[in-house]
Amino acid sequence: MTRVLVPSGALGLNCDIVALERGLAEKPDIIAIDGGSTDSGPAYLGRGMSKYARASTKIEWKGLMEARAKAGVPLVIGTAGTCGTDQTVDWLLSITKEIAEETGAKLKVATLRCSQDPERLVEALDQGRIRPLDPAPEISPDILRDCTNIVALAGAEQIQAALDTGADVVIAGRTTDTAIIAALPLRNGANSGAAWHGAKIGECGALCATNPQSGVLMVEFDESGFTVVPMAESSRSTPHTVSAHMLYENSNPFILFEPGGHLDVTEAKYQAKDDRSVRVTGSKWVPSDTYTVKLEGARQAGYQYVIPTLIRDARYVENISTWCDDITTRCREKVMQRLNLAAEDFSIELRVIGRDATLGALENRAETAAEVGVMGIVTAQSDELASEITKTLNPYLLHHPLTQEEEQPTFAFPFSPAELRRGECHEFCLNHVLVLDYPMEAFRLEVVEVGHG
Amino acid sequence: MGKLGSIVEKVRSKNAGPFWLTVDIFCGNPDSYRRVVSGLKTTDVAKLADTPTQHVKRFDIPDLNVVKFSFPRPQVQGTPQDRDMHGAAFASLLAEFELPEAV
Repeated sequence: MTRVLVPSGALGLNCDIVALERGLAEKPDIIAIDGGSTDSGPAYLGRGMSKYARASTKIEWKGLMEARAKAGVPLVIGTAGTCGTDQTVDWLLSITKEIAEETGAKLKVATLRCSQDPERLVEALDQGRIRPLDPAPEISPDILRDCTNIVALAGAEQIQAALDTGADVVIAGRTTDTAIIAALPLRNGANSGAAWHGAKIGECGALCATNPQSGVLMVEFDESGFTVVPMAESSRSTPHTVSAHMLYENSNPFILFEPGGHLDVTEAKYQAKDDRSVRVTGSKWVPSDTYTVKLEGARQAGYQYVIPTLIRDARYVENISTWCDDITTRCREKVMQRLNLAAEDFSIELRVIGRDATLGALENRAETAAEVGVMGIVTAQSDELASEITKTLNPYLLHHPLTQEEEQPTFAFPFSPAELRRGECHEFCLNHVLVLDYPMEAFRLEVVEVGHG
Repeated sequence: MGKLGSIVEKVRSKNAGPFWLTVDIFCGNPDSYRRVVSGLKTTDVAKLADTPTQHVKRFDIPDLNVVKFSFPRPQVQGTPQDRDMHGAAFASLLAEFELPEAV
């Protein structure tokens, strides 16, 4: 039996301390927590930064390091610092060092680095070792070189290699959500279908149970299946809550692709073990012929400024589409003349909040409220140009009349200066896998001693 | 007639990675499940998402009283054209879908 304690769905989401204590009393073999995903968008990968505050991260990570010391088992984090680049691995390593210094702990820390050298990927592309997933954007050597960061998603094998160093703490860059949980049970001979399935169920902590905010979950793995036990008193798992978690953020609720194969849960059986835990059997692991890892890449997509204005005049609210279209046309022309730009060099979008700002062309309800917000979004190839264009747009959003005959109107600007700098923007540009000859081929493992006890 | 959202427990939409959107309709009981399965066609979802029907994957899961749809995101997550970073708002379109009268 291998017990994996999952403190919460991600470092930065907090966990119930009492439930964590209860988890420690159950003698886990490892503590595993996720540190990120692509869900917050391309900027984090593009810039190589965490979405959570350093101070919060430090407090929560310190709590887990103390839990680890108490349990005397390894602590592993995957996708450190939201995006799992080398920069964010280093960021969490520096936090770990600080904590060790401050608490007088002496620790062996293994780092798994997952950032990819674009030139090596260009070679791989040339050799046909980068394969598209569905839907895959077009890629080329230039696009690979344009990426500010590319990571490969490590699987169980790379986490096992890190655990094999005997490290107290493993700080991994980008991994699949499941790999950090599946690694040790697989190493200990658990049923491989159960290891991956239990890892998928446990990846968001207690999200697969009632009172998901409590966070803490224990997953017990053995030769024939796995058992899910939420650690908070108030949290229960049922066959329904557990099996429903396969739906979560998963395009196919029965199949999950991982490095080295895929999980098939079509035949899985979910049974209540008691009134709070669930036993699952019948999950299947299907190994693949080639070992592939998924790639994620983000590249720069221009520089952006946002300028909001608020419209409360009923006639303008009623004619908001005409007003916005008129401004966009006039402002575009003025920008091309005064800044000597071509049409494709920049974009000006006026997004109407209160009409269709959320769903755009998919919106099918037409009514508008008493007021609308107009969010001017300007994108250009440099920060300076984007700023200049936004300042050209400014007087239109403040004063543009619906007709030439009327007195000049003034609308509500919430801020001064009116515009907000978004800076450098990024976009995801890879949905591909990389074929490897052996699992560690694209990853780097390093062991460091921190603190001085 | 009745809005889908008024007869089911919950409609949830989320990213499944940056390139896919997935929608889970938790019907809550077998009666609602049957009404959704018979009243909501894959073509209806394709039309709401403005995507070709063949791109829409459908999963009818009676054990959970869940109907699930997945399709490529109308805009890749976080591109300048994308308006909803986490893909959560699409659920409202389905919740407001008028189901035909139960037969």
